[in-house]
Amino acid sequence: MLLELARINKRFGAVVVADEVDLAVADGEALGIIGANGAGKTSLFNLVAGVLKPDSGVVRLDGHDITGLTARARCKAGIGRTFQVPRPFESLSVFENLLVAAQFGGGDHRGEADECAEVLRHTGLLGKANGIAGKLTLLDRKRLELARALATRPRLLLLDEIAGGLTEAECGELVALIREINGEGVSIIWIEHIVHALFSVVSRLVVLEFGRKIAEGVPAEVMARPEVRRSYLGIEEEVA
Amino acid sequence: MRYGIAISTWNSRLILIAAGVVVILLAFAPVIAPRSLIQDLILIFVMCAIAQCWNLLAGYAGLISVGQQAFVGLGGYGLFALIILAGVDPLLAVLLAAIIGTLIAIPVGLLMFRLQGAYFAVGTWVVAEVFRLLLAQWKALGGGTGNSLPRTATTEMFGLSTINALFGVRNAVGREIVIYWAALALAAAVVGASYLLLRSRIGLALSAVRDGETAAESVGVDITRTKFAVYVFAAFGASLAGALYFLDSARISPDSAFTVLDWTAYVIFIVVIGGIGTIEGPILGSIIFVVLQSSLSDYGPWYLILLGVLGIAVMLVAPRGLWGTFSDLTGIHLLPTRRRLVPLGETPPTREA
Repeated sequence: MLLELARINKRFGAVVVADEVDLAVADGEALGIIGANGAGKTSLFNLVAGVLKPDSGVVRLDGHDITGLTARARCKAGIGRTFQVPRPFESLSVFENLLVAAQFGGGDHRGEADECAEVLRHTGLLGKANGIAGKLTLLDRKRLELARALATRPRLLLLDEIAGGLTEAECGELVALIREINGEGVSIIWIEHIVHALFSVVSRLVVLEFGRKIAEGVPAEVMARPEVRRSYLGIEEEVA
Repeated sequence: MRYGIAISTWNSRLILIAAGVVVILLAFAPVIAPRSLIQDLILIFVMCAIAQCWNLLAGYAGLISVGQQAFVGLGGYGLFALIILAGVDPLLAVLLAAIIGTLIAIPVGLLMFRLQGAYFAVGTWVVAEVFRLLLAQWKALGGGTGNSLPRTATTEMFGLSTINALFGVRNAVGREIVIYWAALALAAAVVGASYLLLRSRIGLALSAVRDGETAAESVGVDITRTKFAVYVFAAFGASLAGALYFLDSARISPDSAFTVLDWTAYVIFIVVIGGIGTIEGPILGSIIFVVLQSSLSDYGPWYLILLGVLGIAVMLVAPRGLWGTFSDLTGIHLLPTRRRLVPLGETPPTREA
């Protein structure tokens, strides 16, 4: 397994954001996570990325315990992430945003310019490479989130609602890109409300509710389960 | 296609050459300028160096220090201790005093970095006060009333006799010329080093940290280490400037060495009116400050009130400072730090082939 979470618990006062969560992602796999607002999805990412430390439980990467590692160390270990609300380095150019990631998260420092240019071409930002990141449109900001995460050369990519707020066409473009990245061997965990986009990429789905994992499996099957429909879609089964 | 990274532009190379010419011209100032102007220029250079360091801290690393006087004072006291107690040559003592200040900054910084935001600001001030009180206990250096440099230290300085012969001047003037050159070198070195720092990998990390710490950490930037590097660099610059300033004034006391007004309040004024977060701003700010001071100092408290009003006015009307505002309006950066992605041209085929 590339990533393993074993019995992760995390609470903020009375609010439980992770309740005995077990999760495993294989090399090259794409896993989707859904859940209502406040289900603990982003907190789960923060636990994986090292921004939060669990109250109990173990996070493993390649079988090594990384629970005690900082966010920075986990980036270097191969975990890349995007933020739900894009957080570009606004005063830097698009290229400089990637350069930071390549120089600090990406291991050796040779050929960074070529590497960044390659990621920029891939994500459709090459033409805007020397423009200021703070002036980008929403779609380009989302692309930049993705590009910057890719510049750290991750083995596992955490995508947090990257399709939210985009038009149908923009969303389609982004999905094609994510599928391509996954096809190149990068494992993906994707939190998304736009279910049709999510399902065209992921092969497995996890549903969270109040920090608990309530369902896991093939997307279509999981979505058909009554507890998922009730929790996520708010649909009560009709009484016969 | 292959790509490369470019920072300099054709213009910026010309500007670097122009800056070099200005420094060389300034080096000849003692030949024609009156002594009062030389003293003003020394003060501009010293304040410019301290302000540039504070600008790196506050404008780039997000560290609001109200305690840079700790290092100015340590530089000054280090200098006096080395000259009076160890008989070191004054110019060498300036360098050694700066190194002492920097070495002290490391444990102090480790302690201060446990504090965040406002607590960091207050903490740095407290540390400066602690140094002031400690050095007031050092009887060999005059205790609370301070001390003056012995005459021999200023008459037997390295290179002094050569300069006296060269310019045909007395010791006091010759000494001033040596200190003037050292101060010019100090300002040029601190500005140059700051510029190189911002162009380096650390500078890139700093910009990222300034724009967003969580995001910077998520792409592998070591936030604490980056800020700490800047903190130590700023301590070195302030110690060096302090040592040189007190070599010039030849007199030191705990109150003058560790004054928050001279070494932090005025410095903040300089950086704010000049333009925080720009290399050019503190240079402009220190010129404005010294010009105001030398033309208005006869008006007593009104001078301080004017400084305050001017500072507040700039913060309200042009929060990016004079240079920052000018730069925003015109797009002019004399010292560019932006790294551009540029396609590398194919190597042209050679004729012989």
